Amino acid sequence: MTILIRNGRLIDPANHIDQLADIFIKNGRIAAIGEGLKDNGVDKVINARGKVVAPGFIDIHVHLRVPGQEYKEDIRTGTAAAVRGGFVGIVCMPNTNPVIDNVPLVSYVVNLAREQGLCKVWPTGAITKGSKGEQLAEIGDMKEAGIVAITDDGRPVTSSETMRQAMIYAKQFDLMVMDHAEEKAISAGGAMHYGKVSSMLGIKGIPSTSEEVQVARDVLLSLETGAHVHIQHISSRQSVALVRWGKQMGARVTCEATPHHFTLTDQIVADLNYSTDTKMNPPVREEADRLAIIAGIADGTIDIIATDHAPHHIDEKAVEYQDAAFGITGLETSVGLTVTKLVKPGIISLAQMVTMMSTRPAELVGLKAPALVEGAEADITIIDVDKSWTVKAEEMASKSLNSPFIGWELTGAPHATIVGGKLRMLEQQVIGE
Amino acid sequence: MPGLKRKDILGLRDMTTDEIDLILNTAETLKDIATRSIKKVPTLRGKAYCTLFYENSTRTAKSFELAGKYLGADVINVSASSSSVKKGETLLDTARNLEAMGLDALVMRHPAGGAPHMLARHLSCSVINAGDGMHEHPTQGLLDMLTIRQQKGSLKGLKVAIVGDIMHSRVARSNIYGLTKYGAEVWLAGPATLLPTGFEEFGVKVTTRVEEALEGADVVNVLRLQLERMEKSLFPTVAEYHKFWGVTPARLKLAKANALLMHPGPMNRGVEISSHIADGNQSVILEQVTNGVAVRMAILYLLMGGGEAA
Amino acid sequence: MGDPKAMLMDGNQMNRALSRIAHEVIERNKGIEHVALVGIRRRGVPLAHRLAEKLKEFEGRDVPVGTLDITLYRDDLTELASVPLVQKSAVTFKLPGTCVILVDDVLYTGRTVRAALDALLDIGRPSVIQLAVLIDRGHRELPIRADYVGKNVPTSKKEMVEVHLSDIDGEDFVALYDLP
Repeated sequence: MTILIRNGRLIDPANHIDQLADIFIKNGRIAAIGEGLKDNGVDKVINARGKVVAPGFIDIHVHLRVPGQEYKEDIRTGTAAAVRGGFVGIVCMPNTNPVIDNVPLVSYVVNLAREQGLCKVWPTGAITKGSKGEQLAEIGDMKEAGIVAITDDGRPVTSSETMRQAMIYAKQFDLMVMDHAEEKAISAGGAMHYGKVSSMLGIKGIPSTSEEVQVARDVLLSLETGAHVHIQHISSRQSVALVRWGKQMGARVTCEATPHHFTLTDQIVADLNYSTDTKMNPPVREEADRLAIIAGIADGTIDIIATDHAPHHIDEKAVEYQDAAFGITGLETSVGLTVTKLVKPGIISLAQMVTMMSTRPAELVGLKAPALVEGAEADITIIDVDKSWTVKAEEMASKSLNSPFIGWELTGAPHATIVGGKLRMLEQQVIGE
Repeated sequence: MPGLKRKDILGLRDMTTDEIDLILNTAETLKDIATRSIKKVPTLRGKAYCTLFYENSTRTAKSFELAGKYLGADVINVSASSSSVKKGETLLDTARNLEAMGLDALVMRHPAGGAPHMLARHLSCSVINAGDGMHEHPTQGLLDMLTIRQQKGSLKGLKVAIVGDIMHSRVARSNIYGLTKYGAEVWLAGPATLLPTGFEEFGVKVTTRVEEALEGADVVNVLRLQLERMEKSLFPTVAEYHKFWGVTPARLKLAKANALLMHPGPMNRGVEISSHIADGNQSVILEQVTNGVAVRMAILYLLMGGGEAA
Repeated sequence: MGDPKAMLMDGNQMNRALSRIAHEVIERNKGIEHVALVGIRRRGVPLAHRLAEKLKEFEGRDVPVGTLDITLYRDDLTELASVPLVQKSAVTFKLPGTCVILVDDVLYTGRTVRAALDALLDIGRPSVIQLAVLIDRGHRELPIRADYVGKNVPTSKKEMVEVHLSDIDGEDFVALYDLP
């Protein structure tokens, strides 16, 4: 298949590109970049006039729910949601059933994704066996099978010593340790941010300190061990300050922010009247936290944007707030929220957005970053940055609909997603085989 | 035509003073029925409601039951211990099944904050919150306000001290939301571990010194101490609690001479409140219970009395 | 409400009608020793007080006056989109051994009186209940009749009788209107 992308604005800051040009794709690769390329015999021409053509976006925090929880999401629906959201690749979390802590399970996900996936899928492995926080999983073996990082997402490692050894061990395999920073002894029983809104609504709160003490621990352990630790879904102002301090101290610490943490505050729980689509972990916190996250995005303390896409079945959400599952979907609203909340207000440039959603996420997990250069694999995301649209449940490709953003008016939408030279999404429509 | 323009009573936070006035005024009128010899009117004849209690309750459940019976409604009572909850049915399924039997209203107590709000979204019958976790207990808030209003004439400018485990108290929250709407000066006092965060922003005063809250108070509302909070290291012993935060005759003297003493019950005598004053002449604790029936009659009448909601 | 299509009573006529009813009450009950008046909210209440003044004028003694709110006994609550305001009933005298005269402004279908009878009987057991109305406009839906009538007025169901009282409306008169 050959594709010609016409008249787009190419933005790829890693390769110092910001220009109007055409891109010709052939045999899965970028065959030519230039002005006025011929469309003779081209299978598909995409008119990208007025749109941004970027190296393909990668989300390194996705719950694909495979294996074991395919009733929430499966490879097909999860990757469909990804390409609909403009992502050419996703990194999936290992808190599945059973936990991805061994080679056969890693291979299962890799192979299934190769057969059924609409985008690229890279698994992560658990830090400890069964994510029980006791014995290290076979991290080296799993790396050979295809994992790109290890993480305890969803079930944080309680013991600081276990975490310390995991960092030392992972470092020799050049694997990043992703941490869902949460001190469970502090957060136990909580269902939303601990603050005046939780007081008002009578819901047990999750104090910011439950995240902060673990972020502080991780930063200090990273300083000691030299291991690369990545703080997932940073949620509090003090956590941002701790990461900033860690970077100043020379620690190999990076972190991500989700669109919901830079968009929402705990007030959403009251505004949506206990809707369980506002329940996620870590919770959205106060305006001062949201502003600190935005400042961290602006000054580079926060490296990347990731979604923590966490689909749940309606039966797990149509229950009492305190009993509902944590998590919201995010793949299909990430670009819209990022453009609306960060790019349009001038907090980051389009080039920074591309860096935070494509180049840096790839680098963090040790992948070759997508690039708009001749000869590179054709992983490309085209964005219509001025398009106004409404988030609609019936249009979602994900199997689950647990999003607090349904009904929101956003500016900026993914226009097309090209994965390895194949057109997987055009104008919000997912394209299968 | 007057009336509540709402389907449900979920909490006092989102109610207007006009709505609260209507409920309290109606309650004052209906109180006469509960105190006369023939305690029944046919107003809600042919209407049916259910009390669905996921937590134990004597006072509130029976008060709701009697209130409906006085108004001629049919009532069924379901408690979690006897219901299909034990068989793993979800709350929503239980409620939908009850509604399918033709109920006009569902009165629910539930340990999860927001549980009645969820039901209200999914059911077409009225949902009345009889206490949701540590969120709200609107009928208790209303009966407390009615009791204060009857004794003091008005709520405006009164200093109301609420003492005890504020953090876990739905009674405290409904009182705070209701009383502050009428310009009362609300003080919260209790051990720091049992005080909620951020309440100063709702215009109330918060202190760990019970004496400061009681000083010059017009109303002292003492909350029940849940003894199981000790296990979670929120306070060390009952004795220490009583020493620092118990409302005793000596401490009550700090309040105005005609201050009202209230307690939502059931009391831990000798812990959060001393028997001498609980049974003393400043106590309006039993008046609260009487008013509770009247308030619940008013709510049942206002929600179920009409035909299809406009 | 538009202009009245006919005036049924002015202030003087109303006053004379009440005087006549007072005399009939005295005559029929052989005095007023055991008589009490109960006005049905809302316009029955001032009318009951006026009757009490007449009785005192003619007989030289006070009769107890109570008020009755029939809201809780109405049979049409489920027909209403929103429930009416409940107001207090105040019947502070003993009912056993008393002849209670219910007082209302207009007798029409009889349903208000039916509700008033039920409401009164739930408060206590009077020895006799009688009914006094200023206007009887016919069209009864229940087997109820008044013992004392100020004026019988033939009406159509498309019409409406409004009693205006100075205590409530600033002026005494009764008028006939077309229903809107």
